Amino acid sequence: MSKSRFVVARTSDVAPGTSLRVNAGGRDIALFNIAGAFFALGDRCPHESGSLCAGKIVGFAEADEPGKYRLVRDGEFVRCPWHGWEFDIRTGKSWCDPEKSRVRAYQTGVTSGSDLVEGPYVAETFKVSVEENYVVVEI
Amino acid sequence: MKPPFKGAVDCDLHLPSPPTTALLPYLPAYWRDQLETRFIHKMGFQLTSYPPGSPLTCREDWRPNKGERPLDQLRRQALDPFGVEIAVCSLLHGAIALFNEDMAAALCSAVNDFVAHEWLDPEPRLRGSILITGQNPDHAVAEIERLAHDRRFVQVILPVMGDMLPGKRQMWPIHRACEKHGLGLALHAGGTYRFPTTASGWPSFQVEDYVANSAAFENAIVSLISEGVFSECPDLRVICLESGFGWLPTLIWRLNKEWRGIRQEVPWITRPPGDILRERFRFTLQPVEVPTAALIERTLEHIGSDELLLFSTDYPHAHFEGEEALPDGISEALIRKIARDNPLASYPRLARTLQPVTAEQRS
Ligand code: FES
Repeated sequence: MSKSRFVVARTSDVAPGTSLRVNAGGRDIALFNIAGAFFALGDRCPHESGSLCAGKIVGFAEADEPGKYRLVRDGEFVRCPWHGWEFDIRTGKSWCDPEKSRVRAYQTGVTSGSDLVEGPYVAETFKVSVEENYVVVEI
Repeated sequence: MKPPFKGAVDCDLHLPSPPTTALLPYLPAYWRDQLETRFIHKMGFQLTSYPPGSPLTCREDWRPNKGERPLDQLRRQALDPFGVEIAVCSLLHGAIALFNEDMAAALCSAVNDFVAHEWLDPEPRLRGSILITGQNPDHAVAEIERLAHDRRFVQVILPVMGDMLPGKRQMWPIHRACEKHGLGLALHAGGTYRFPTTASGWPSFQVEDYVANSAAFENAIVSLISEGVFSECPDLRVICLESGFGWLPTLIWRLNKEWRGIRQEVPWITRPPGDILRERFRFTLQPVEVPTAALIERTLEHIGSDELLLFSTDYPHAHFEGEEALPDGISEALIRKIARDNPLASYPRLARTLQPVTAEQRS
């Protein structure tokens, strides 16, 4: 089945460092903005379906040895609000069990309104206006 | 049943505590004088964990036999009947509960030298445990360093209910010394009873103390893993003596689960803690709280490894009748793992000492 591209938000709807729950083709999607780049994950934690959109956006804690703490990649992980599993926003992989526990990551893109009106985009919930930029998710 | 072949390794066997007068020749002059002047040499130094008169402390038919040398009795009752090639023995002495840490250290050294000369010298099947107290890690490390050259000592022993959790950073010099010399770190059930045996204070009955050991082992294991001891000492092997193992599946499950949620608190743990547990911890068989072969096999399946269990008689504690050290019906393949392969793979020093220890290895 060929992929469809859904217009899910205006770029201005998701400020850097925040997330937004959107819907595309009937699927709940968590949209994240990391310093101007957009990432889309299925909004269901693989553990017990917590909403990742409601999770705190965090960095990754690591240590070269016990007692030497460091926070890296600040703002690139989301912590599930239910039981704290951490997911890499860029890949959807959980950190604790990257192979088995991962959320679906979708391709995103930013397209201008003027391009959008030409199609073949599905703008389910949007009225697209030529002046703005939009986040497009591929499903 | 007993091991159906010769060559088993018994990983937990206890030497009788000698009268304190027997330790005097192994003490420096100062301490000999102190003990005699203060009549401390009349004290028995029995640990509360194993009251001498308690039925559990010693099987009726294994009680000290007047007229037989303790060594001959041990050979007759514990080594010969089970076809033991090597037995890792320990002498749990009340010295570890003394508040005077200098006297405790002197007595521990005396116990260790007593064991080397009176037990390991005449009986080549025995391997020893270095007795230390955890209250002063400097003393403990000095004692490990003093004896590490003697390859017949294969582990360092501490009670599981010590003065502090064993993973705490103050204890790390002990762990480093064990790892450096290829000595296992053995945690034995019981403790010095300076702290209550449960997290909510003192229980009323001995049965509570006894059962509380599983929780104490869980606490010790979680402490050693969480504090990052195995990041610091990746080759350290911890042997849990008289710990039971039936509770391991739920511990592993819960530890992994909690870690997934709050791993950022202990970011040096970079793989599921259950994996660390399976790799670094070993558990002796007796007292076996999972009583049938089918249940043992199922428990091992839940644990996810058949390499964790080590054969032990726990002589002379009373856990089974006759020579039934192994629950009936365990497959011979599993017995081979438990009684031979696992012990040899678990103690860094054991395989190398399989041949009778030479005078050279002693000095
Ligand atoms: S539902 Fe996300 S961690 Fe449990």
